[in-house]
Amino acid sequence: MKAWFFTEDAYPQLPDQDSYRSIRVSLPNKHYDPETGADNYHQFIDMWLMAEDLGLEIMLNEHHQTATCVVPSVPIMAGILARESKTARILVLGNPLANLPRPTRTAEEMAMVDVISRGRLECGFVRGVPYESAPANVSPYRGTERMWEAHDLIIKSWTSHDGPFNFEGRWFHARQVNIWPRPYQQPHPPVWVTIGSASTAVPVAEHEYVGAVFLAGYPRIRPIFDGYRSGYLARHGKAAPIGRLAYAALVYVADSEVEAKSGGETLLWYMTSNKVPVEYSNPPGYHPPAVAAQIARGSIGGAGIPLQATLDDQMARGNMFCGTPDQVYEQIKAFYDYSGGFGHFLIMGQAGHLTFDQTRRSMTLFSREVYPRLKELTASYDADAMGQTRAALPDKEAADLGAFGVEFAR
Amino acid sequence: MAGNAGNITRIELPGAAVDVVRKGSGRKLFILHGGGGPVAAMPFADRLAESFEIIAPVHPGFAGSAIPESFDDLQDLVFLYLDLMDTLDLDDAIMMGFSFGGWTAAELAVISTARLSKLILVDPVGIKVGGREDRDIADVFATPPDELARLMWHDPANAPNPAHMTDAEQETVQSNRVALSLYTWQPYMHNPKLPGRLHRIDVPTLLIWGESDGLVTPDYGRAFCAMIPGARMAVIPEAGHAPQMEQPDAFVGHVMSFA
Repeated sequence: MKAWFFTEDAYPQLPDQDSYRSIRVSLPNKHYDPETGADNYHQFIDMWLMAEDLGLEIMLNEHHQTATCVVPSVPIMAGILARESKTARILVLGNPLANLPRPTRTAEEMAMVDVISRGRLECGFVRGVPYESAPANVSPYRGTERMWEAHDLIIKSWTSHDGPFNFEGRWFHARQVNIWPRPYQQPHPPVWVTIGSASTAVPVAEHEYVGAVFLAGYPRIRPIFDGYRSGYLARHGKAAPIGRLAYAALVYVADSEVEAKSGGETLLWYMTSNKVPVEYSNPPGYHPPAVAAQIARGSIGGAGIPLQATLDDQMARGNMFCGTPDQVYEQIKAFYDYSGGFGHFLIMGQAGHLTFDQTRRSMTLFSREVYPRLKELTASYDADAMGQTRAALPDKEAADLGAFGVEFAR
Repeated sequence: MAGNAGNITRIELPGAAVDVVRKGSGRKLFILHGGGGPVAAMPFADRLAESFEIIAPVHPGFAGSAIPESFDDLQDLVFLYLDLMDTLDLDDAIMMGFSFGGWTAAELAVISTARLSKLILVDPVGIKVGGREDRDIADVFATPPDELARLMWHDPANAPNPAHMTDAEQETVQSNRVALSLYTWQPYMHNPKLPGRLHRIDVPTLLIWGESDGLVTPDYGRAFCAMIPGARMAVIPEAGHAPQMEQPDAFVGHVMSFA
């Protein structure tokens, strides 16, 4: 098991939630104080480096026009961390390819980060979230196809070493492509793609890329991971290695259960802050029409994330692992067994107002007391044995998905 | 508001099939609906069917039809309809387009008016008249639903209410939005080249505008009208972006006196 420390680098110093309609797209940036923002950036960089010191790997992402994540250019932050960190793998998850105009620039940026870090980049590609259709001015319709075409161009850019080529695709055109630098890792950095359904998992499995699942929890994890495994088996004739699957959840570890729950409650900001109205969460062509209709009539959360999240509920769903080291290990192992196993654990270890010290205490306990046991767990992974373990655990009642199915049905 | 549905036939054209609604008899009235979906079953169309043969294609992607895999933007619809007009051998037809269907009609007319006798544009989009930072056309894909209703309707109570729709109808509304976005995403709801081509329209042209239209205002309509030689514009009070629905009597009256 590889564990990755992730923070969205939010700007939580906001006015009361009732005073604005949306935390994304339209929240006026007069509410962003650059001096506070500078302090935040430095603290988050320190936090990632602290995680590296604890033996964790580094994960980061980008979002646009939102206080939930003020990294609008993940290559910049990755470039800083490529220099500032020394040993950790750096996972960019990811570059929102469907919304970016020039894949060759992404190829260049990621190659540069890979070289500066001397080959520590893991490069994720994502379609992008619905709210960013407006900031990117890109129709989300056929976004998955756009993402894969951009991917094809990036891979070709990374792996062509004998002079220029031209690319004239449906969405992306490039001429005389011949990137400098080329990637440090050969033939290219490991590739990750987020998956949210069995059907989106299949092409990722066919490419042998890492499929990463965010907060699908017990209600959805099996169909997604099963989709990956069966797609992998069908294409490659062997079981998917455990290192091809990743799961992301909120984590807080403390010496006492009371302290842990307090930290967990603070982490819930990641969900409760995400106030987004339907006009931004339901752009035409992002969601299938049946889901779009549900959002439009308000029967599921427009933002895709419940503003009323409770700690107990999110723990029961497998979206939050929270407690003493023993408790957190047992929670993760239960989910691991139920899901059929995964080799990467993506830790949303800081969100909202959780302080540096709170984060450090939690991640220190995680790395010392939980992580070693998770490594043992995956070291003994055997696909057949895992299959039996899994089969002994009946499907949990597919509870109402709430809004999660929407947000992460990529 | 449902009236007579008419007869629907599917016509296979190169690259796409299109459902065409026909009803009534008389001179040919070729109707291109707007982003809200087909209009040929509405009461105003029943009235017009007493005097005209209505021929109304359903734009691919609307009303539950599929978006053709090869379609990317409005130009695909325009060329589909050039084929359709040839296949139907339209002659001396009156072409009437609503909203983005009005834009489509204008794009067709600047290519050729050979099959047309007259042109009617109802609250059309399709041009840009303001500066680069002026939002000439409200951003329908990023406007809160209640605000959109206020912009589009003289009386927002006339806006379609999802609470009164079946699940299937609500899905169709969402599919219609997807198709509309395909045809109008960027440049948003307009073709920068169109104003320089509107001079080519050489058939009598009437613009009909809802006085309360806040999506595209009557001033926008007057600018549009001034670009088409000899065109005139009728403004209907107490109507928004869909005057044919909010004031069908006045709407039909304008069409009859022009046609």
